[in-house]
Amino acid sequence: MADEESSPNRYPLIDRERVFEFLIEQPSRQELVDTSTGIILYLEDISVSFDGFRVLNNLTLYIEVGELRCIIGPNGAGKTTLMDVITGKTRPSHGSAYFGQRLDLLRMTEPQIASVGIGRKFQKPTVFEQHTVHANLELAMEGEKRVWPTLFHTLTGEEKDRIEEVLDMTSLIEERGKLAGALSHGQKQWLEIGMLLMQNPLLLLVDEPVAGMTQQETEATSVLLTRLAGDHSVVVVEHDMEFVRSIAKQVTVLHEGSVLAEGPFDAIQEDPAVREVYLGI
Amino acid sequence: MLGKYLLDHETGGRIFLAVLFGMAVVVPIANLWVPADSFFHIPTYTVTLLGKYLCYALLAVALDLVWGYCGILSLGHGAFFALGGYAMGMYLMRQIGERGVYGHPELPDFMVFLNWDSLPWYWYGFDQFWFAMLMVMFAPGILAFVFGWLAFRSRVSGVYLSIMTQALTYALMLAFFRNELGFGGNNGLTDFKDILGASLQSDTTRVWLFISSVIALALGYLICRYIVNSRLGSVVTAVRDGEARARFIGYRVERYQVWIFTMSAVLAGIAGALYVPQVGIINPGEFQPLYSIELVVWVALGGRATLYGAALGAGIVNYVKTVLTGALPEVWLFVLGALFVLVTIFLPRGVVGIWRRRSNHGR
Repeated sequence: MADEESSPNRYPLIDRERVFEFLIEQPSRQELVDTSTGIILYLEDISVSFDGFRVLNNLTLYIEVGELRCIIGPNGAGKTTLMDVITGKTRPSHGSAYFGQRLDLLRMTEPQIASVGIGRKFQKPTVFEQHTVHANLELAMEGEKRVWPTLFHTLTGEEKDRIEEVLDMTSLIEERGKLAGALSHGQKQWLEIGMLLMQNPLLLLVDEPVAGMTQQETEATSVLLTRLAGDHSVVVVEHDMEFVRSIAKQVTVLHEGSVLAEGPFDAIQEDPAVREVYLGI
Repeated sequence: MLGKYLLDHETGGRIFLAVLFGMAVVVPIANLWVPADSFFHIPTYTVTLLGKYLCYALLAVALDLVWGYCGILSLGHGAFFALGGYAMGMYLMRQIGERGVYGHPELPDFMVFLNWDSLPWYWYGFDQFWFAMLMVMFAPGILAFVFGWLAFRSRVSGVYLSIMTQALTYALMLAFFRNELGFGGNNGLTDFKDILGASLQSDTTRVWLFISSVIALALGYLICRYIVNSRLGSVVTAVRDGEARARFIGYRVERYQVWIFTMSAVLAGIAGALYVPQVGIINPGEFQPLYSIELVVWVALGGRATLYGAALGAGIVNYVKTVLTGALPEVWLFVLGALFVLVTIFLPRGVVGIWRRRSNHGR
């Protein structure tokens, strides 16, 4: 900086060329997450160890835009840890994780990651039991989260439509006025998926969505998840092979913290390595 | 009408406001215009007693807002009540002027007694009613804001928070007992003469104070009802039921907690400000941890998370207290303890819960 006298940043307040940050339109979520290469999530060489035990071991995984991906693997293969890394709950000791081409997930906090469009559904359904189904969705809605505005907020027509849409998608229209605590286990799972959808995420992480569901509920869930793929990218962790078969086009098999095999369900089923570690044959 | 909108699905609230309105009409007439020997005459003593209950009821509503709806069990809400009371007391002290025992035009008696020669800076402005009223809200509000901000930002909750609020009120009590602090030490502030130029001893002023208490309680109730019905209220109950989940959805939980805690403290302060001119004294005893715990019993007995239940609980417990401390003073604390135990076991949803359960069965 030899030419400091004429540097435009010297008197920032009287600099005519300066554009103040609040005047710049914030990039929308779609612009922020650059998916021009068709890939939404890049995980490269991720390693996580707990007490010297490597839970994830140089794991590399790419998720395409609009894809529905199932991740399977025996217990302890690192499926949940993988989700934790993506949502910022666990920091890897090594590797890189990018959301789109620009956003480095390893430098972001949990709420930041949630706000750029990664939604996660936990294994155990957690909904607000004392609120109605409708109120649960309303609370989860993307948008104003500051204190004073929420005090005077009334639902706009657009927001109402959005809630209706999600109620319809999750087949909870009849239950809208019920307290969430009164729903069946399966309905709670759907409500939670609905709450995820209200946040309008680009990438949905769904942990064991059909655990404890009846046959009918499982089928309905597979229809729901298949419908969501396309508009959203969906990653499902599941044990239930029947269910995986019914929804998955692409399956990733994890074993001891790294990817053992990847491909269409039928090919995976035939893979001798997979049969050995997972199917136990 | 906003009021109608708020009470549309709220039978309890409508009854509550109707009762308040009835009191505001009947009590003044029965006190001022019905002759003293008539059966329907209400003595001024009773008017003031009712006014006191109304202040307690507002305090209970304020606690219900944080405890019932946000799950923050404050065991130190009496502190905010007392602070509001002190702000009002300071105004009333300044109104005494030369009529004090020592006849000093500016200094309250206790300062003359302590040989102070000038008014401490924090007493400035309290001769103005509007300033005192601002302080009634700001003093408890700012304390609650700072305390809440520190506590909720560090994610202190549950029992730990309750203990801290208890410590807060205890610390304030010890501080206010000190003469050096300039609030009259253990005698507190008393010997008030008039408010806004009207004598505090006259029946008309007493009735006006009573009416003000009714209005404050009704407005306080409606404000709280508006808050809990709003989206914010929905977020706040969500925080109560699943703090982590609410955070995950993207709400800055601590901000909501601080907001609701501060709001409640302001309401408690207003209740305290109306209480002081009616009882004629404010002293550090009001900061006693025991009072704050008693307040929790009122709300639990009336029914949490209903607002009007809290007000009802305050009325019931204080009526029993008035009767018992007159007739059998040594029994009162046992009755209070027993009430709390019995209500927790048999009426987990409070007195209001009985009626609510019945109406639910009817449906």
